[in-house]
Amino acid sequence: MLSLVIFLPLAAAVVLAAAPGIAERAARWVWVGITLTDLALVVGMWVAFQPSGPGQLAFEEQLEWIPNVGSSYHIGLDGLSLPLVALTAVIFTACAIYELRQEDRPRAQAALFLFLQSTCLGLFAAQDLILFFVFFDLSIVGMYFVIAGWGHGNAARSALKFFLYTFLGSLALLLGFIGLFLAAEPHTFDMVELAAAAPLQDNPIAGNLIMAALVIGLAIKTPTFPFHTWLPPAHTDAPAAGSAVLAGVLLKMGTYGFVRITMPMMPDAWRDWAWVIIAVGIVSVLYGALVALAQTDLKRMIAYTSVNHMGYVVLAVGAAGVVSGSDAVARQVAVTGAVTQMVSHGLITAALFLLAGILRDRAGTYAMDAYGGLAKPAPKYAALFAVGAFASLGLPGFSGFIAEFQIFAGSIGPAPVVLLALPGILITAALFLRALQRLLTGETRGKSVGFADLRPTEMSSIAPLLLLAVVIGVFPRWLLDVIEPAAAVVVDLVGR
Amino acid sequence: MAMNPLGLLPEICLMAGAVIGLLAGSFLPRNRQWVTRLIAVAALLASAITALTAMSGAAAETAFEGTFAIDAPTGAARLIIAVSTLLVIALGAGELAGHPRESEIYVLLLLASLGAAIMAGANDLLVLVVGYLLATIPLYALIGLRRTPKAAEAALKTYLLGALLGIALMLGVTMLYGVSGATGYQALTQGLAEAPPTVIIVGIVGVVAGLMFKAGGVPGHFWVPDAAQGAGIAAAAFLTTVPKIGALVAAYRFLTAIPETIPWPLLVAVLAAASMSLGNLAAFAQTDARRLLGWSTVSQVGYMLLPVAVAGQADLALPSLLFYLAAYSVTNLAAFAVVASAPGRGSLKDYRGLVTTNPWLAGALVVSLLSLVGTPPTAVFVGKLTTFTAAWDDGFEWLVIVAALNTVASLFYYLRWIVPVFKHNEKRPGAGADTLPVTHRASTVTAVVASAVVLAVGIFAGPVLTLFSGPMAQ
Repeated sequence: MLSLVIFLPLAAAVVLAAAPGIAERAARWVWVGITLTDLALVVGMWVAFQPSGPGQLAFEEQLEWIPNVGSSYHIGLDGLSLPLVALTAVIFTACAIYELRQEDRPRAQAALFLFLQSTCLGLFAAQDLILFFVFFDLSIVGMYFVIAGWGHGNAARSALKFFLYTFLGSLALLLGFIGLFLAAEPHTFDMVELAAAAPLQDNPIAGNLIMAALVIGLAIKTPTFPFHTWLPPAHTDAPAAGSAVLAGVLLKMGTYGFVRITMPMMPDAWRDWAWVIIAVGIVSVLYGALVALAQTDLKRMIAYTSVNHMGYVVLAVGAAGVVSGSDAVARQVAVTGAVTQMVSHGLITAALFLLAGILRDRAGTYAMDAYGGLAKPAPKYAALFAVGAFASLGLPGFSGFIAEFQIFAGSIGPAPVVLLALPGILITAALFLRALQRLLTGETRGKSVGFADLRPTEMSSIAPLLLLAVVIGVFPRWLLDVIEPAAAVVVDLVGR
Repeated sequence: MAMNPLGLLPEICLMAGAVIGLLAGSFLPRNRQWVTRLIAVAALLASAITALTAMSGAAAETAFEGTFAIDAPTGAARLIIAVSTLLVIALGAGELAGHPRESEIYVLLLLASLGAAIMAGANDLLVLVVGYLLATIPLYALIGLRRTPKAAEAALKTYLLGALLGIALMLGVTMLYGVSGATGYQALTQGLAEAPPTVIIVGIVGVVAGLMFKAGGVPGHFWVPDAAQGAGIAAAAFLTTVPKIGALVAAYRFLTAIPETIPWPLLVAVLAAASMSLGNLAAFAQTDARRLLGWSTVSQVGYMLLPVAVAGQADLALPSLLFYLAAYSVTNLAAFAVVASAPGRGSLKDYRGLVTTNPWLAGALVVSLLSLVGTPPTAVFVGKLTTFTAAWDDGFEWLVIVAALNTVASLFYYLRWIVPVFKHNEKRPGAGADTLPVTHRASTVTAVVASAVVLAVGIFAGPVLTLFSGPMAQ
């Protein structure tokens, strides 16, 4: 079942790529059809999700793959991965619908996005480090081609920077994985076994070196300050759907790696590193917010708010590593908040990037100064943009509030220093309000004149994302009930 | 000790193919030279099949009084060499058909393959020298056959360097024989135990220098880019692939015979780091596809020296070396097959718009180049994973880090080739990739098939690694 969910898009991608007989127009509908089918399957899995106990995997599958290096095709879902798998399916569906009107090589684009979807789903389901790495690297390759092939502006350069930078991160990760493999007795790449064994507990020097490799690899992907420099150009030049996937799904791979790999497998080293992680998180929050405030380009601004929002996740997982003198329940809340924030940020930022893409689609620029008074010619656009902006700044009633509230509530106990990050919320609020004001209010002028409002396809791709953010904000239990037991397991493992 | 000549059946097939091909070629009329191609293909297929049967059979043994090992590394090398040469003939089918020296080329390919196989199995220094000569001399002719100034220069360069480092090899052999009184590896290990370390080190340096010429690694790499660019495409594909297989397995086998008191792992590690870094740095600025591949093979040798540096120490060393050799060979040949499909494409720019003119070829090129980078799930990824693991396991963490950094750097120049493939072909009509004077369909098919194998070997790496995991004969 889980394999089907992962590889259905890939199979469709191969068919689309290899069958030139398929009309370009039909390819777009095939793409939508496959993503909707996959989404339906994921919803079915969510309903049927019933792990047999804490720390147990649901929908587990394991096949021998490369036994000589202790690597197997091992997949499964728990409360940390299921929400991200669902997020992936939702965002890719939204992108497929959004791109229904796209004219530039739609068949190749559909194939590429379906391929990318498989790699993202596979990464979140992987329970083997090599399998994880395979999907991690392939997602980079896929995104490289998305930016280089369908980007605009200086796309080739941005794509190259993205590829080289994140590839460096992935090799750091690979070195860390090899270190974990060799430290484990018997040697294995299996995540479940590694988490149970925590192989580097009594070897702090090797543990810290390997942790450094893993942290660098994951921090580049997340991205956190100071490894974020690839992100703004990649986002600015990527196509709208590419940005949505990059921010909505690919960035989550970094923070997911923290909760899935470093925390459970290397608890000692994680506790040693907790303060570094917290510091990186706080700096990312503040730096991302301040730089975003200074942007005049809407897409660049949203890109920097991603650095800010992912910073909250990083500081929460860091705070969960401050074990001494803190309450396990608080740390659980922090980890739950971190995972919720991943989902929330994915939904909201994907929606915002798609909305930003419409600006360029209609008027050819992201510069906020070029617009004004958009609310009049495009009321639906204005409404969705306002909802997105309010959701992103963490207003109660939206998923961002639930996530950030839990992050701070859970982190302040173990690490009161996270209070330093609170101004980040304020700055984000300011910058989003200012963006709203610049774009939507006032007299209709500049490029806003004659701005066509949202088309049905755009509406039906963006509105559901924001609706989900509201649903999570108002009725969060169905999500939290899935995350909380898994977060408790992670916190237990770190506390070993 | 038995003679066991039947153990050498795969080599005998190659030998017989060469002799029959040479005789047949002398008597065949010009327009029926393709018969020698059939003979060569049959000989290679027979060699591959007999090698495979021998691998599934008994465990490690030796032939001819211990001078030739018949074990997992020999079997793997025979198999990879035979399959690689088959691929070379397939990708060169268009170029070689009707060539005035067609028969001779097949005979030279078979003889050089035989030499590489003998090097891989050599369990005695003298057999190693014989294998070296047999693998090297046909190469000079293969490179020079093209009769262009560039080919002549490449042939001369190869010859001079081959002669020089061949003498170094023989000098090393002489010194090791002088202090140990033996040439067989088993006796060598015992004989060297009491010998003065300085002499042993000089001897090792000589032998390794000779082998590095064959492998195309630092310091014997100078001929590789010239030959890759100057020789015919089939010859270039062959000489950047097959000699390495023999040389690296030979290096592994030879170095495991050296007593552990001698710090040879460090020597190999330094050569590995130098090869991968130098090959990468030189490849950055290349604009010619074949020269780029030439430098890329130099850097690939660096990665393949990782398991050699931990020869006999890490469990994964031998299987990872053999796996990497297989993965690299298929990948490199897939890339060369893309080059061969349209010999008119010289520089990287000529690949502009390939994805629209020939999407299958573009796919094969992307797969093979990403495999050379080491992107999963291609074959070289598993090769890199296992070689990195083996090297780290025996304490060469710094070398693994150097290799990882080099991998990132290599992405840059491989991408320089991939990028134009996806650009729109906006040249005026009448020029560009679709109107090249010569295109070879057989090469395109070979490229697609080989790149499919690259993916398959990566995805089904488990069984391949198991096949290569047998013990080594003493």
